[in-house]
Amino acid sequence: MNRKHDSLGEKAFDACNYTFLALFAIVTVLPFIYIIAGSFATEVELTERKFFLFPRDPSISAYQYIFSTDTMFRAMANSVIITVFGTATNLAFTLTMAYSLSRRDLLGRNAFMNMIIFTMLFSGGMIPSYLIVKELGLLDRYAAVILPGAISAFNLIVIKNFFQNLPAGLEESARIDGCTDLGVLWRIVLPLSKPIIATFGLFYAVGHWNNFFSALLFLNDHKMWPLQVMLREIVMLSQMAAGDINNLDPDFVEPPAQSVKMAVIVVGTVPILMVYPFLQKHFAKGVLLGSIKG
Amino acid sequence: MNATLPSETDNAAAAAAIRTAAKRNPWLSKVKKDKWLYLLLAPGLLYFLLFKYVPMWGVLIAFQNYSPFLGVAGSEWVGFEHFRNFFANPDFTRLLRNTLILAVYDLAFFFPAPIAIALLLNEIRVGIFKRFVQTMVYVPHFVSMVIVASMTYVFLTTSGGIVNEVVAAVTGEKVNFLSDPKWFRPLIILQIMWKETGWGTIIFLAALASVDVEQYEAAVVDGATRFQRLIHITLPAISSTIVILLILRLGNFLDNGFEQIFLMTNSLNRSVADVFDTYVYFVGITQGAFSYSTAIGLFKSLVGIVLIYGSNWLAKKFGQEGIL
Repeated sequence: MNRKHDSLGEKAFDACNYTFLALFAIVTVLPFIYIIAGSFATEVELTERKFFLFPRDPSISAYQYIFSTDTMFRAMANSVIITVFGTATNLAFTLTMAYSLSRRDLLGRNAFMNMIIFTMLFSGGMIPSYLIVKELGLLDRYAAVILPGAISAFNLIVIKNFFQNLPAGLEESARIDGCTDLGVLWRIVLPLSKPIIATFGLFYAVGHWNNFFSALLFLNDHKMWPLQVMLREIVMLSQMAAGDINNLDPDFVEPPAQSVKMAVIVVGTVPILMVYPFLQKHFAKGVLLGSIKG
Repeated sequence: MNATLPSETDNAAAAAAIRTAAKRNPWLSKVKKDKWLYLLLAPGLLYFLLFKYVPMWGVLIAFQNYSPFLGVAGSEWVGFEHFRNFFANPDFTRLLRNTLILAVYDLAFFFPAPIAIALLLNEIRVGIFKRFVQTMVYVPHFVSMVIVASMTYVFLTTSGGIVNEVVAAVTGEKVNFLSDPKWFRPLIILQIMWKETGWGTIIFLAALASVDVEQYEAAVVDGATRFQRLIHITLPAISSTIVILLILRLGNFLDNGFEQIFLMTNSLNRSVADVFDTYVYFVGITQGAFSYSTAIGLFKSLVGIVLIYGSNWLAKKFGQEGIL
């Protein structure tokens, strides 16, 4: 494709194309920037709309307000606990199962694989799944939002395929040197799989951090609510859920409701934006591995 | 040799014993050999049985008047009564309508968007610009639906939302985006387009990257314009990817994205917002009608399976590979 041969029409197309994609990229990130800016705005500025992307005199009163009680700290702590223990559980369950299933000579392997694939096509649905969690006595426990999603069938299959494609010679020589199956997994397979473990660990972690529905379903105790549920309470239902906002300092000037909401949104988004640079290296590869059949 | 290995005969005898044991029960010996593998497999299997297969068995309560006190074993069987009630209920046509309209909107507006963006990105020659656009448009995929819905609320609210301020400045009137039923569907589609279009391009860009450059060069020599190259080389090259994603989408035709719709539903827009998924939640979890809502969920799952197999069959009919 030599530029010299470009006709006028093609040049016009190029110009439109670059402009359109640049606009598309900007429109995608603009809401985030506006929310961040708005969370630092004062009431005067927000009501008069004197700023668009940068507040004239930035204020952190919205953040002081939302962190003036335990509510947000507790919600963040809940989210962190669920994300850390949830991701550890995901990786432990997924990696061990994927390793066993990656061994072609394992008796019953096809039956197990079919069993797993079937769960991708058909599920009992919300109510029976809810009832089993209830029967197991997991309601109002962190386990209720961790265990029912311990393995993603899709991730499992991708990781299994990855293990299967590791060079067989390495495993054989380890076995000749006296390694057991456990040893091969621990000393050969896992160290060779660090990039894919990091990728899927991050995917699982993002899933836990963003999880809203199972927390809503299984955690009735508002002291256990993660950030996402709290976010909805504050922004969409406009209530400080735990009700402990009333022990505020009476001299405290309430910031505008809008910028408090924006500040809460920022708190819910920042952790993801922080992992994004780490994720970015890996995710395209992760998605493409997943799209390979087999 | 025999002298240096006095136990050779013993070994042979032992080996023979193992062989006969293996002949008697070849499975047992294989399982024994791989005992560590089965141990590693056990937690995962237990997970699938407990959290996937037990609930599948749990759909039986759709045919019962399930009582949490009596359990599945003790509850009264009522056959297809809940299904009959559901189909006779005026809610059924409303749910089906809302679900189908949203699904069609999704297919018409959201499905082609990543393909179009990927094709446009593919025409970009400046690598750094392409990477910049990609980095930006992938971001919303990673934020939660709650954040997307919250941002929508903050931007569109009539009490100080920036969008409504602008609308009011131009037209003199504010619009009830969040509660007016006629805005519900456009909002849902716009949200999902904003969140997932960029992410959806990844798979198409990969398919595009695998197109043989020589084909383009040959076409240029033959005097093909950019548009002709698009029609005759690029589109055929990604058509199988498009078909596979279309099958997957058709298979999930009745899944409208529970969280998103749940979050955007309020008492004023319920007439257009209620879909099968959210209805199951409201009737089952918040009102406790376990059996009735399980019947609805089961109906939805069965239709979903029919749709997956149906669209897969169709794809094969049209000479594509399919997924099953």
